[in-house]
Amino acid sequence: MRDARGDVKRPIGLRLWLSGGWLILLVLAALLAPWIAPQDPLAQDLFPSRLPPFWEAGAEPGYWLGSDSLGRDVLSRIIHGARLALIVALVAGTLTCLIGTALGLIAGFYRGWPDRIISRFVDIWMAFPPVLFAILLIAVLGTGLTSIIIAIVVIDWTRFARVIRAEAMTQGAMDYVASAQVAGRKRMGTMLTEILPNVLPTIIALLTLEMGIAVIVEAILSFVNLSISTDSPTWGGMISEGRTSVHQAWWVLVFPLITLFLTVLSFSQLGEGLKDRFDPVLR
Amino acid sequence: MSAFLEIRNLCVTLKGGAPILRNVSLSVSAGQVHGLVGESGAGKSMIGKAVLGTLPRALAVTRGEIWLDGVNLQTLRPAERRRRIGASAALIPQDPLTALNPARRIGPQITRRLVDILGWSRADAEARALELLAEVQIPDPARVMRSYPHELSGGMRQRILIAAAFAAEPKLIIADEPTTALDVTVQKQILRLIADMQARHGTALLFVTHDLGVVSKVCDTLSVLYAGKVVEEAQMRRFFMHPIHPYSAALLAATPSYKDPDGSLTPVPQSVIDQVEREVTDHDRRVGI
Repeated sequence: MRDARGDVKRPIGLRLWLSGGWLILLVLAALLAPWIAPQDPLAQDLFPSRLPPFWEAGAEPGYWLGSDSLGRDVLSRIIHGARLALIVALVAGTLTCLIGTALGLIAGFYRGWPDRIISRFVDIWMAFPPVLFAILLIAVLGTGLTSIIIAIVVIDWTRFARVIRAEAMTQGAMDYVASAQVAGRKRMGTMLTEILPNVLPTIIALLTLEMGIAVIVEAILSFVNLSISTDSPTWGGMISEGRTSVHQAWWVLVFPLITLFLTVLSFSQLGEGLKDRFDPVLR
Repeated sequence: MSAFLEIRNLCVTLKGGAPILRNVSLSVSAGQVHGLVGESGAGKSMIGKAVLGTLPRALAVTRGEIWLDGVNLQTLRPAERRRRIGASAALIPQDPLTALNPARRIGPQITRRLVDILGWSRADAEARALELLAEVQIPDPARVMRSYPHELSGGMRQRILIAAAFAAEPKLIIADEPTTALDVTVQKQILRLIADMQARHGTALLFVTHDLGVVSKVCDTLSVLYAGKVVEEAQMRRFFMHPIHPYSAALLAATPSYKDPDGSLTPVPQSVIDQVEREVTDHDRRVGI
């Protein structure tokens, strides 16, 4: 038996390089923020306020991407903002994934009344406008990192539950599941050892997508001033502040926006790339 | 000779009342091969699924008894029933492409029954799996054990599934159209392999197929099924010489012949279909469906 898979070169690919590279850069920035940020992100100084980015006339060294109307360095604030964005992405993304996947697997594999209950909850959930739901939740829970994470998990578990339920149903109808049952496997064991490995690629793709969405939700909440306290730098908060002075200082709005965009895009692209690599048939 | 599997008056119904199996009775003696033939949708596979407890969730056994090795499965609690079926029966499925878990290596998929049910050590189970793979004529078994299903051809996978089915030395194997998904050339090899394995291990075999030619090669007895009802149960030889029911005779007449490849095919005549349909309706009226 000749195995051609060994001959197939599997380059990591531009997509994985770019998205992974950007995210690693972001992680480094978040970890090393106090040392690499050129300025104190909270230091206000009205003298160098609304400085343009470095290539424009009137730029000051040390303020590479300019400063906002309170004289705070945009680059430093973006770097410090990466911390919160990544914490939210990792913690909220993972929690959402765990809860949604568990419920989706149970609904899709066990069917019957667990499925009916979970699916009805998903239907009800989906009828809420998600952002308003988040704002409402934060209003009840109070602002703060924990509230944001809870809000994201509560809103977004349905995304996982729906997709994983459908996948589990497809896999559950396969003959190998019947074989495992005939071989005396318990249902729980079948679900974890037979179904789960086959939905893993989907889970990974969804997880990274969810991390991107978590970053966006956090930005939206910052935008409406419901995130962490106003003085800790967040991308959403910067976008919201930059909006008011976009005609005088576009860079205050544009740079955090680009960062946010690239981050969310990288998360989803990373997911797609990883999904292919984890697919058992392509592995 | 006592029947290892005995099905008595089995009725399986779609939730909502439509009958799928109508009072099916059949028995498979230890070491015998029993064929189950019928058209698509006659309920052949459902009998196997009812025995193994893997009926689709929309179906349920509403009446009848399934005796496996002297125990009425219907009276057992689910966990006990699963254990008993797992220990004494196995399945050779129809489609080797979906019957192996694509995310797991071949090895554990053969050994799991030995480890899970018979409580063998992993090393013993692996040694046994290697032996079995050699027995089903798979070259380089050690390597195949480490492979994923998609690395192997359909015929190889069906051989592996046969090895897996025989792994725990079950007393009964249900083969659900085991050659349908395969190439014609491979079909013949697989068929011979199943027959050889059955003879060597002395396993009772319930062979589900729609191919009378296949039945004539491997089976000792057979049941002809129409619309979930057993039309005729017979010894092999007697069946091919003198089919009793007109539907059986019509099925036999409809089989293309190698000797006369240009001869036109004879479809089952409408009068015969009308007759079996009438019998099914009569039956339904008698039991009050």
